[in-house]
Amino acid sequence: MDIRLDGIGHAYDDFEVMRDIDLEIPTGQIVCIVGPSGCGKSTLLRFIGGLEQPKKGRVLQVGAPPAGCLNPLTYIFQDFALLPWRTVWGNISLVLEDHGIRGAAAKDIIDDVLARTKLSDFAEALPKQLSGGMKQRVAIARALAVKPAVMLMDEPLSALDSQTRELLMDDLVDLWTRQPFTAVYVTHNLAEAVRLGHKVVVLSRRPGQIREVVTIDKPLAAREFSDPDLDRYQKDLWHLMREEARAADAELIHV
Amino acid sequence: MSESSAKPVSFRGGGFAPRSVRWIGVTVFVALILIAEWGTRSGWISALTLPKPSDVLDTFRELYESGLLFKHLGPSLSRLIVGAAIGASVGISVGVLIGLFSYIRSGLVPLVAAIFPIPKIALLPLFVIWFGIGEGSKYALIAFGTFTPTVVATYGAVDNVDRTLIRMGQSFGLSWWSIVRKIVLPGAMPGILSGLRISLAIAIILLVAAEMLGAQYGIGAYILEAGSLYDLERLFAGVLILSLLGVIVSAVIGLIERRLLRWRI
Ligand SMILES: Nc1ncnc2c1ncn2[C@@H]1O[C@H](COP(=O)(O)OP(=O)(O)OP(=O)(O)O)[C@@H](O)[C@H]1O
Ligand SMILES: [Mg+2]
Repeated sequence: MDIRLDGIGHAYDDFEVMRDIDLEIPTGQIVCIVGPSGCGKSTLLRFIGGLEQPKKGRVLQVGAPPAGCLNPLTYIFQDFALLPWRTVWGNISLVLEDHGIRGAAAKDIIDDVLARTKLSDFAEALPKQLSGGMKQRVAIARALAVKPAVMLMDEPLSALDSQTRELLMDDLVDLWTRQPFTAVYVTHNLAEAVRLGHKVVVLSRRPGQIREVVTIDKPLAAREFSDPDLDRYQKDLWHLMREEARAADAELIHV
Repeated sequence: MSESSAKPVSFRGGGFAPRSVRWIGVTVFVALILIAEWGTRSGWISALTLPKPSDVLDTFRELYESGLLFKHLGPSLSRLIVGAAIGASVGISVGVLIGLFSYIRSGLVPLVAAIFPIPKIALLPLFVIWFGIGEGSKYALIAFGTFTPTVVATYGAVDNVDRTLIRMGQSFGLSWWSIVRKIVLPGAMPGILSGLRISLAIAIILLVAAEMLGAQYGIGAYILEAGSLYDLERLFAGVLILSLLGVIVSAVIGLIERRLLRWRI
């Protein structure tokens, strides 16, 4: 299932946040969205996930979601959004219960996603007992449990320290390599974008427009920590963004 | 830097984290009672000011041995339980509705604000007309008194539930009812329980008020009778029962909190 954004524009009252966004998110690819603060990245992701409606344009699903998919568009939040009163197991079973999946069927799915995110030993732990990186892995496990067609990630690693971030990026690459998934990945961090993105979409400052779409051909599994090829991409992206970021930063002063 | 100018950094953290220390509560009670006992015995507290704690205890024992204690306690407890259960459950339901729906919120918040400051005791005659002189008016008074603080605590607690958790529920396609049951209610539980502490104390206060009118048996009736005779020992024995009731209710809520809110940091 592909996602197509068709002329998306939006304004909060008279405050225009984005204009004319056309974008194709093909199956099996990770599309990273970068842009200066306040350019509408989170808003765009909410449009894609159907949590908010754009004033102009449409978000289209092209083709049917794959068989067995319980929740085609599935979020992973920056602040994890785990229920603190449920265990790791309970947090994952939460999203299955409404689909009538309980008992042995639920156990199969939960065991599988916990194994894939290396959390099998923590099924009975409460969120307060987990580190930030583990909490985000629980959130990823929960997202995997509903077999999403597209994962929508809003700065999923921003709340984590840089070492944990590296580890989780490796985990995401592993997951993708074993079973390619489609994702829209919003981030501030250009290193994350070039590490995980098949395409990197650069947005201009508010009102957000697409400035450039950079395609990175190197296979995910071949990309490494401080890879010189990636560094070049990262430098190019930074050149694209620098003026925008500076202008956006100056703009906030008089808003 | 020379060794002589080195001194340890003075500690200035700590504090602001009260814990409950075992036995301190009991010690405070015992100390106060011992002071009263000593004062009444040695005479610097006159017998008219305060009865001797040991006499109060004797009265209490007599009450227990004559079987009158349970004759008074039984009806009181059933009034308290029925009234508070009605008031708290309606209060929690209405509070959740106010927390979830704009129209109900706009319609009921001013109404609740208008009802809250009315001393419910003043409405007792009205309840007697509506529900009769029997148990009905007593249940109604207690229920009404517990209802308002429960509503206010509940909708405040629902307002404080983390919105990102609710968005998360929606983004996974959970049904409205599942979101309410599995996200809103557990998230509001800490606030609801601390509201219940207050509501149930108010229920005990209103229990006595209700029983002062047309009840043959009940702790309130007992206290009222003792009071009109200036029988301080029996008055205090009655008050002792109420205090014990308050301590038990608070302990039960503490127990529920520890069980239900283990997930809190
Ligand atoms: N509900 C709302 N009402 C009014 N303005 C909003 C609302 N949500 C977002 N905005 C504004 O829209 C703009 C884009 O917000 P958005 O959160 O999408 O930006 P972002 O690119 O995700 O920023 P950041 O990088 O800081 O996360 C911001 O200027 C923000 O103030
Ligand atoms: Mg954002």
